Amino acid sequence: MGGRGRGRGKSVSFDVQALGFGRGEALPAAILQPPPLFPPQVFKPVPLVNNEDMQYMLALKQEFVGSLRKSAYYMKQDEKKQDIERYTDKYKTHDTAASFAKDWSRFPAELKIRDKKVKKQIKPKLPVKKVKLTADEDIAKTLETLEKKEETAVEGEEAAEKEDEDKDEDDEEEGENLDEEELNEEDLEEETDYATNYFDNGEGYGDDDDGDDEGPVY
Amino acid sequence: MSNCKSSICSHLIKDHFGDLTQTVCDVLLQKCDCHLRQLTSEAKIPLDRVKHVLTVLIQNNLVTFQKNKRGQTEYTLDHDAILWRNRIPHYIFCGKNLYGDAAELLIEDIAHNGQITMSTVVENVTDKLNEALENAGHPKIGASVVYEKFKALANTHFIKQCVNPLETLCPEDIDECAVAKLYTVPPFQPGNRKRKLASDEEAQPVNKKIKTEAGASAADDHIYWTINNNRFHRYFTDQLLIKAIRSKIDERAGQILQTILRLNEVMTEDLALTSNPVSFIEIFQALPKDLQLSKQICEQYLTVMADDSTGFVNKIGDSGGGMYTINMMKAMTTICTAHVESVIQERFGSKSLRIFRVLILKKHLEQKQEISKTADHAPARSFYLFRVNLEQVARMLLEHSMKALMNTIVKREMETRENRRLMEKEERAEAIIANLERSGGDAEQKEEILQSITPAEKTQLKRVKHMINMLDQCELQLDETIFVLETYLQYCETKLKTKR
Repeated sequence: MGGRGRGRGKSVSFDVQALGFGRGEALPAAILQPPPLFPPQVFKPVPLVNNEDMQYMLALKQEFVGSLRKSAYYMKQDEKKQDIERYTDKYKTHDTAASFAKDWSRFPAELKIRDKKVKKQIKPKLPVKKVKLTADEDIAKTLETLEKKEETAVEGEEAAEKEDEDKDEDDEEEGENLDEEELNEEDLEEETDYATNYFDNGEGYGDDDDGDDEGPVY
Repeated sequence: MSNCKSSICSHLIKDHFGDLTQTVCDVLLQKCDCHLRQLTSEAKIPLDRVKHVLTVLIQNNLVTFQKNKRGQTEYTLDHDAILWRNRIPHYIFCGKNLYGDAAELLIEDIAHNGQITMSTVVENVTDKLNEALENAGHPKIGASVVYEKFKALANTHFIKQCVNPLETLCPEDIDECAVAKLYTVPPFQPGNRKRKLASDEEAQPVNKKIKTEAGASAADDHIYWTINNNRFHRYFTDQLLIKAIRSKIDERAGQILQTILRLNEVMTEDLALTSNPVSFIEIFQALPKDLQLSKQICEQYLTVMADDSTGFVNKIGDSGGGMYTINMMKAMTTICTAHVESVIQERFGSKSLRIFRVLILKKHLEQKQEISKTADHAPARSFYLFRVNLEQVARMLLEHSMKALMNTIVKREMETRENRRLMEKEERAEAIIANLERSGGDAEQKEEILQSITPAEKTQLKRVKHMINMLDQCELQLDETIFVLETYLQYCETKLKTKR
């Protein structure tokens, strides 16, 4: 039966003294801080096994990690960009982009990195494509002649504006038919008002009567 | 996935692959399956970089992908694979012990690249070996030597072909033929990659699929090989058993056990509780010749092992001179218990160890070794029995080991970080000296460079290097303990499954 050989009263089968406090005494005061981070050790740890095999494996490990760090697989976070964006940044290629050869039949296709520099090469093909247009040949030709006229034109501003408006309308009509790039070119020339409103091609210079000198100009 | 394990994974990735990859992995660790957009937004890294990181991780077999219900590709991180990277030096060492230097370099190259074609790796290793041999003044070796080692590794399943994740629709449906094909090696065409329609040398299964095409080495470009982690783990387990028997009984008993294990190597499935039975005749014939054991002695050894209290070997029948199996479950239990016992001894002293051993033997014990008789639950009359739940103890120790591993890694990183300036300085000095030697500088200049590092710095450097080496060693050895505990727990789980 319980507490054999210990007399009457509540007793448990194991030695309560070992719990750290005797029977009937108050419980020890609660400790209000976390246990120490580095408690003192009663038994010191045994040193590591350091035979030949382990040393060889250690060398292997360090070599392996070292070679990984030099390989294409290792990447650091992008280093902080300099304060001013430099022009040459655009042309510096990323080292990592073309690092290890990938067999795309084994990777999901969405992981391919597309190079964004290809598009701008389309422009030089313009003259070739203009010839190929069959239905819009006439319109293209008119545009060409208009373009030439505009470049050598000595007409007044209003006339030039009209032509531009016409051209714009034409452009809008044929927006779907013409190449984007052609449109871009037209638009670029038409985007600003510079040619029409601000650019003075020097024709009117000297027309005014500047003989009337009204006084010194400061 | 415990907190500790996650942080170890994170640190390991940083060690091996850099900060950027670590950031992506942290997200994957927290969120399990992610698709690309989610990853990019959580990690706050530009899309291109994330894509590159993912390709690196997939290449190294750390991330798998599959389409979810909505048709998006989801990426999952394989935690165990990351932790297994800690064992790569152990794998390389094994390869060296089993098959020599060429195999060592082969495994190292395959581990380094994750997935690689046979031709590439054989050529790489041949070049490396020839370089080393030239420096040592020995004649060059041909690629066929390395190729033979490659085949040997594949035949014993240490390396295997990678399954193309985009082609296989259902990985569970791989039938036996396909499994056998995972280990067949296509022939090797050294130098250029001309197409050659010769068939493979080994006996092929009847239905050839696209993977191992008509022996052309250009087609070999699509067959990627990788390390078979499970096989290495089984090998480590076997080594543990052999070591145990060797220390308990005899060296020769260890050899006999090794023979039995080798006979079972390729046949037994992973984590089988008992190995397939082997007859005595087979064992005797398979014993290495230099042992020169007579039949009688061999039989005696087997009887001793079978009767031993550790119960590694069981005799289950008398046909063929005696059928013997190895009881893996019992063996692992014993080994795990031994580890736990050594921990207790080192931490709590020999007396605690004795109590622990008694408890394991007797299952349930009261403090005063009395047996309870009452059914009542009143504290005065109920007995408190002590026992040891080995599985629980193993889990707890595993958690402790993981924590220790993490502490080691963190401490090592801290040491490296704090002393980086000093170490870089030393590297630069060494580089300058090497340059001088190549361009024939005189001793004075070398002296100057050497003196640029003050003696105080030298002692500090030495201390730091020593500490980093110790911590690295610590990680390797901790990993061994983790392996034992994990394997034991795996066997426990298998046992539970088979009971149900």
